[in-house]
Amino acid sequence: MPTPILDILWIIPALPLLGAAINGLFGKGWPNKIVNTVALASTGLSFLAALEAVREFFAGGQQLVHKEFFDWIVAGSFRAGFDLQMDQLTVVMVLVVTGVGFLIHIYSTGYMSHEGGYYRFFSYLNLFMFFMLILVLAANYVLLFVGWEGVGLASYLLIGFYFLKKSASDAGKKAFIVNRIGDFGFMLGMFLLFKTFGTLDFTQLFAKAVPWSHEAWGVFGTFTVACLLLFMGACGKSAQLPLYVWLPDAMEGPTPVSALIHAATMVTAGVYVVARSHILFTHSDTALIVVGTVGCATAFFAATIGLVQTDIKKVLAYSTVSQLGYMFLGCGVGAFSAGIFHLMTHAFFKALLFLAAGSVIHAMGGEQNMLHMGGLSKKIKVTYWTMLIATLAIAGFPPLAGFFSKDAILGEAFQREGGWHSLYVVGLLTALLTSFYMFRLIFLTFHGKQRYDEHHVHVHESPWSMLGPLVILAVLSIIGGWLAAPSFWGGEDHFTAFLAPVFGTGHEAALSEAAAHSLELTLAVVAVVAALIGLATAFWLYLRQPGKPAEIAKSLKPIYNTLYNKYYVDEAYGAAIVRPLLALSTNVLWKIIDVEAIDGTVNGIAHGATATGDVTRRTQSGNTRSYAVWVVVGALTILIIVFWPAIRALAGGAQ
Amino acid sequence: MVPTHYYLILSAVLFGLGAVAFVFKRNIITIFMSIELMLNAVNLAFVAFSQAFGKVEGQVFVLFVIVVAAAEAAVGLGIIILIQRNRQSLNIEKVNLLKL
Repeated sequence: MPTPILDILWIIPALPLLGAAINGLFGKGWPNKIVNTVALASTGLSFLAALEAVREFFAGGQQLVHKEFFDWIVAGSFRAGFDLQMDQLTVVMVLVVTGVGFLIHIYSTGYMSHEGGYYRFFSYLNLFMFFMLILVLAANYVLLFVGWEGVGLASYLLIGFYFLKKSASDAGKKAFIVNRIGDFGFMLGMFLLFKTFGTLDFTQLFAKAVPWSHEAWGVFGTFTVACLLLFMGACGKSAQLPLYVWLPDAMEGPTPVSALIHAATMVTAGVYVVARSHILFTHSDTALIVVGTVGCATAFFAATIGLVQTDIKKVLAYSTVSQLGYMFLGCGVGAFSAGIFHLMTHAFFKALLFLAAGSVIHAMGGEQNMLHMGGLSKKIKVTYWTMLIATLAIAGFPPLAGFFSKDAILGEAFQREGGWHSLYVVGLLTALLTSFYMFRLIFLTFHGKQRYDEHHVHVHESPWSMLGPLVILAVLSIIGGWLAAPSFWGGEDHFTAFLAPVFGTGHEAALSEAAAHSLELTLAVVAVVAALIGLATAFWLYLRQPGKPAEIAKSLKPIYNTLYNKYYVDEAYGAAIVRPLLALSTNVLWKIIDVEAIDGTVNGIAHGATATGDVTRRTQSGNTRSYAVWVVVGALTILIIVFWPAIRALAGGAQ
Repeated sequence: MVPTHYYLILSAVLFGLGAVAFVFKRNIITIFMSIELMLNAVNLAFVAFSQAFGKVEGQVFVLFVIVVAAAEAAVGLGIIILIQRNRQSLNIEKVNLLKL
């Protein structure tokens, strides 16, 4: 079978980089139209290039393509090159990144049209696309890490886009610093892998890793440690416990950024890395259990916080953290294709939710508090319907995308032996909570009485440059799940079959086909019932009994306050880590080490030089005749030194 | 023939006189003359050795010294004239702008 050529692979990331450079360097004085053209053309063409690459990939019989473009680091037997690769997993990621990215670029042209720094925004956004594509196309861990850090940089720049606002620049710094903690683990993991296997190239590394023996629960061998370190990096990037704290704050950035970076693409990089390294992770029971448990705990934890938030974007942020937890749960139970499937559908409906929320904020003239909205469904119909579709999708109602992907993960969790059932139960409970807080958002925003002053707020539907992407994403949120409809739905799991060359065919089904059939159906019904309970509760609390939520909040004040204040995690981190560090820096590092030791040394040297000068300058009296004496004395000294042996000999002879 | 060390002693005496005058005299012209005296004392030593060892290099060096002395005289006298013009004095103690 002929292998595909795919020489155009490097063009896919290069185009956004070119766009970023053009807009960033020359865009300052340009009118918005030209900036738009550059930004949209670079991402649009990149999307087309990705489609062409995927076509060639399929034409070549879906063989793994590994392209070495140029050497980057070569030292001894170590080689890290600018190598790109394409396999089924990359296909999914590249299409999601370029496709959703392109739609969000279109949306941004409408959303950002009144903002200052227009060229800067698009330059950063294109830069992000470049790094994200490097991340998903990279064929070794080193190049992947370049993309990994690059998207962190772009994320930092875009969170702090409104850099005059202190909260925004603080949030940018927080995101960057929290991610450093994870990256530290990621790098250690890479070093360990290199030390053990002598290569960081995916194909070579995984081929070498396969024959190694399996590490059972509690055994901390190479695989367990390396995987846990990699997962630490994934926790930072994908906002899992305990490093999730930066993501809710990242909502300070413009809404399209939240949609693209902090929902659809960048935050899924951790899931991608775990899935990409699945051969390593499946070698270690401990690592998988940790991944699954952390994912499940994060999903539940973030969902409970999402229940009571009033900022529309904060609800979506916690929802993102929660859904990322689902993806890790999927990876943890060994259902990597289900995790990636949820990643893809989540990219559709969560991007849609954020963009729709942006449209609502746009319509309300910047208002983000849901308590000051209400009754908007009549006034912004397109936004309402698209957001409703996304909500149904995330809540897990069939036949929308979220139903299939979430069901796949929960089903896999249920079918695993051992303690995974408890994770299934928590996952199911989270599904209920998800449904509740999402419909709470819908009811508070679009239904009920209007709670804003009509004289101050002129509610208006957004332009079609914003609504177009909403509609496209809404369609994707509906049909995106049909790729992997379970068997009782009459469909086939195309998605898992497609990814099978990457992830293997998965574990053997323990049940007969008929039993699996009925089990899947039962689990699906249970999941839908959970979602319905959530919907009904939200409906009853926020539409039928609008006074009730406040009453409940009052009667459960400690719980409500804990949730509203996000379990006081930020405060706890502040007290446990930030303030001791600050005290250490101020009292020891600054006042003792810096001021006393370092400045003291430098100043001491300077004082020493001054003192020496004070003494020696007395020789330069300015008196001409004293100089004459110095000349004579010097000449005499030299003479004595030169003739010293002769003088000694003379003196000896005289004795 | 006069023994070589007679020349050398004379040379040393002349050089010593020059050095002492160089340090202790105040008039710049006198200082200048004492420098010339030292140079010529050295010249005397050179020719004395040249004759004693029968080698011509000493005399060559003397010619060099005379050339350098001529150049030095040109520059030195120029400086002296300028000092006289600026300060209406040739006292070396008055040339003390760099004094502490």
